[in-house]
Amino acid sequence: MSEQTEEQRPSPSRRALIGWGGAGLALGAAAAGGVAAAVGTSDRTEPAAESGGAVPFHGRHQAGIATAVQDRLHFAAFDVLTDDRAELVALLKEWTKAAAAMTAGRPVGEGAVGGLAEAPPDDTGEALGLKPSRLTLTVGFGPGLFEDAKGRDRFGLRKHRPKALVDLPKFPGDNLDAARSGGDLCVQACADDPQVAVHAIRNLARIGMGNVAIRWSQLGFGKTSSTTPDAQTPRNMMGFKDGTANIAGTDTAGLDKHVWVSEKDGPDWLVGGSYLVARRIRMHIETWDRASLKEQEDVFGRDKAEGAPQGKQREHDQPNLKAMLPTAHVRLAHPDSNGGIKILRRGYSFTDGTDGLGRLDAGLFFIAYQRDVRDGFVPLQQRLAAHDALNEYIQHVGSALFAIPPGVRDADDWWGRALLS
Amino acid sequence: MRALRSSVVTAVAAAAALAAVAGCAEKSDGKGSDAIKVTASDDACEVSAKSFPAGHVNLSVDNEGSKVTEVYLYAPGDRIVAERENIGPKLHASITAEVKPGTYEIACKPGMKGDGIRQKVTATGKGATAKRDPRLDAAVAAYRTYVQEQADESMPLVKKFTDAIEKGDLKAAKKAYAPSRVGWERTEPVAESFGDIDPKVDLREDGLAKGQKWTGWHRLEKSLWHDGKITAADKELAKQLTKDLEDWRKRVGTADLTPTGMANGAKELLDEVQTGKVTGEEERYSHTDLVDFEGNVEGAEKAYTLLRPVVVENDKALATDLDKRFAAVKKLLDGYREGDGFVSYDTVGKTDRKKLSDTVNSLAEPLSKLAAAVVVTK
Repeated sequence: MSEQTEEQRPSPSRRALIGWGGAGLALGAAAAGGVAAAVGTSDRTEPAAESGGAVPFHGRHQAGIATAVQDRLHFAAFDVLTDDRAELVALLKEWTKAAAAMTAGRPVGEGAVGGLAEAPPDDTGEALGLKPSRLTLTVGFGPGLFEDAKGRDRFGLRKHRPKALVDLPKFPGDNLDAARSGGDLCVQACADDPQVAVHAIRNLARIGMGNVAIRWSQLGFGKTSSTTPDAQTPRNMMGFKDGTANIAGTDTAGLDKHVWVSEKDGPDWLVGGSYLVARRIRMHIETWDRASLKEQEDVFGRDKAEGAPQGKQREHDQPNLKAMLPTAHVRLAHPDSNGGIKILRRGYSFTDGTDGLGRLDAGLFFIAYQRDVRDGFVPLQQRLAAHDALNEYIQHVGSALFAIPPGVRDADDWWGRALLS
Repeated sequence: MRALRSSVVTAVAAAAALAAVAGCAEKSDGKGSDAIKVTASDDACEVSAKSFPAGHVNLSVDNEGSKVTEVYLYAPGDRIVAERENIGPKLHASITAEVKPGTYEIACKPGMKGDGIRQKVTATGKGATAKRDPRLDAAVAAYRTYVQEQADESMPLVKKFTDAIEKGDLKAAKKAYAPSRVGWERTEPVAESFGDIDPKVDLREDGLAKGQKWTGWHRLEKSLWHDGKITAADKELAKQLTKDLEDWRKRVGTADLTPTGMANGAKELLDEVQTGKVTGEEERYSHTDLVDFEGNVEGAEKAYTLLRPVVVENDKALATDLDKRFAAVKKLLDGYREGDGFVSYDTVGKTDRKKLSDTVNSLAEPLSKLAAAVVVTK
């Protein structure tokens, strides 16, 4: 577990760093030392937002999964434009380098200022002076990397496609927009400062120009899940706490059982990785707001004030599922109703302005990590899509599935090395 | 188009300086003791001094040949510092200019044709600019020729367009509209550097300031496609357009071009594609955006090709990438050809527009590094 710890170390601000000029190497060494020191003294349950510190980039697993959930999200899905495997590899190496810098609070490349007057700066600069803000960057590989829409095996990866990287079935009620779905690559950027998250995606997209293009992206302004035990679950846009039985970032056994791909699961290149399901779930906010409190609580199977399961007192009390309506969201989604299925949720609320009909374009950008979607999201969603009382107030409008490679081990390692070398 | 942008050149100032020079050419006797004598003949161009102090310079020209001649003072890259046309046989003329320290060329052009007979001269003094790679000077000179050619070759196409309007021939005017713009689109950043011409000829309706009169191509575009008729006012606008573009043709050679300016101009042409053409905003009535698109790309590629020998030396990977990206953009555009032009842009769907946008980005991003590759040796 020590590899994915996210304890904070005091981190120099980006502004302080750029002043150092050519001291990048010395700084990198200092940062590495900081990580090593931090591992031994971690207090994983302490939220790190106040320190603005950095989450270690290197480790057995990618950061941004078991990491204590940050406040903000910028998620981007990319189409790979090139058919050249060498270019794909070069891109992933360059992304890894930039990600290691940005998560440590350093600018990309030669920085945002002080370079050649005739050249555009390597770094776009909007994160100058901001702290690392617990930025994590998590990369995933979509089905299109292994076989594109035309059935071509562009990169010779078809044989390495994990069996669990399925094409998700159509669930009842889905109204998926192709322009908000799928993607060959994804990057999940989470940070406590929204500008830091946006800066990261923007710079990775810029580095990738020519080889990848953003297919769709999603901003999340508020976390709706917690991977920190004891912490209160944040409320979603419906005003409810949901997913309170989440897997904690400290629950090594739970993570191994439900989140990380094991050697037994394979394929080898994915061991220590995971699978990410992203769903853009639009909420019919206006009609929801007209529902009576009783109906709202019945739909979820929870009390709105505390988030306690119906008939219980506290959020984390063991629910009595039978006390809820058969169509209640908690009852249908609970592991006890699903043969023990658990997924690690990391979703964010979004509001993308209005929809032209005077309604908020708002909802939940659902993100879940699991060891195998065929035993995780797929059966769970089949059940929810068929029976959940909440369906009257929500619609799934975007969907994507990605295989999440294991962590980048050290400075010589890069995202996808085990798959592509 | 963008109304005021002059990162490429400072031609407004250059043009003003030139006007002043032309003004005093008539009056000066040109026989002061500091004057540099230029003796032009049908096969020679003698100068009395090949080195002189920077500052106020007076060229005292005598045409001793049998042909009408003209004399130019060129800065590196064939930028016209001062010139005098129509100097008849046995006539005297005087040309004055303010010159900075550096190297120049004096050219006599018997018969007023060609590159002329040239003499290298030096203006001495403090602050002389570092000697530039002669290949870059050659690139700038060639680009200047290109820019002038584009303007020269545009005029008959412009006339075809404006003639059709003046005749009230809607069909012919529509047909001639897009081709009349190609030369302009290829060299737009240079054209835009003349801040006063661009707003007269290439302004879009949304770019109008309060109280500003809308003239130029896009006003006529709206009449032809949106209104579907040619009014008396349009005929006047057509006359004005010819006049304004003739002004462009005359002045474009005086633009203060530099290697980095060329490189940035190439990038700006791609910016034009990305912000105006890919969106379909530029030609919102005629939907001939892809014609402009191609013109922008061709102009950018011309500048790049001329700079390429130096870029290959300084940043080989960039040159390789740019070669590939230009080819990809052109190949994608080829897929939209129809007849001697392109398909109407309103038939290009969202998915295809995104592909165009992605491909333009793929070129524009490395192209933004061209200027640095011209000035810095890696």
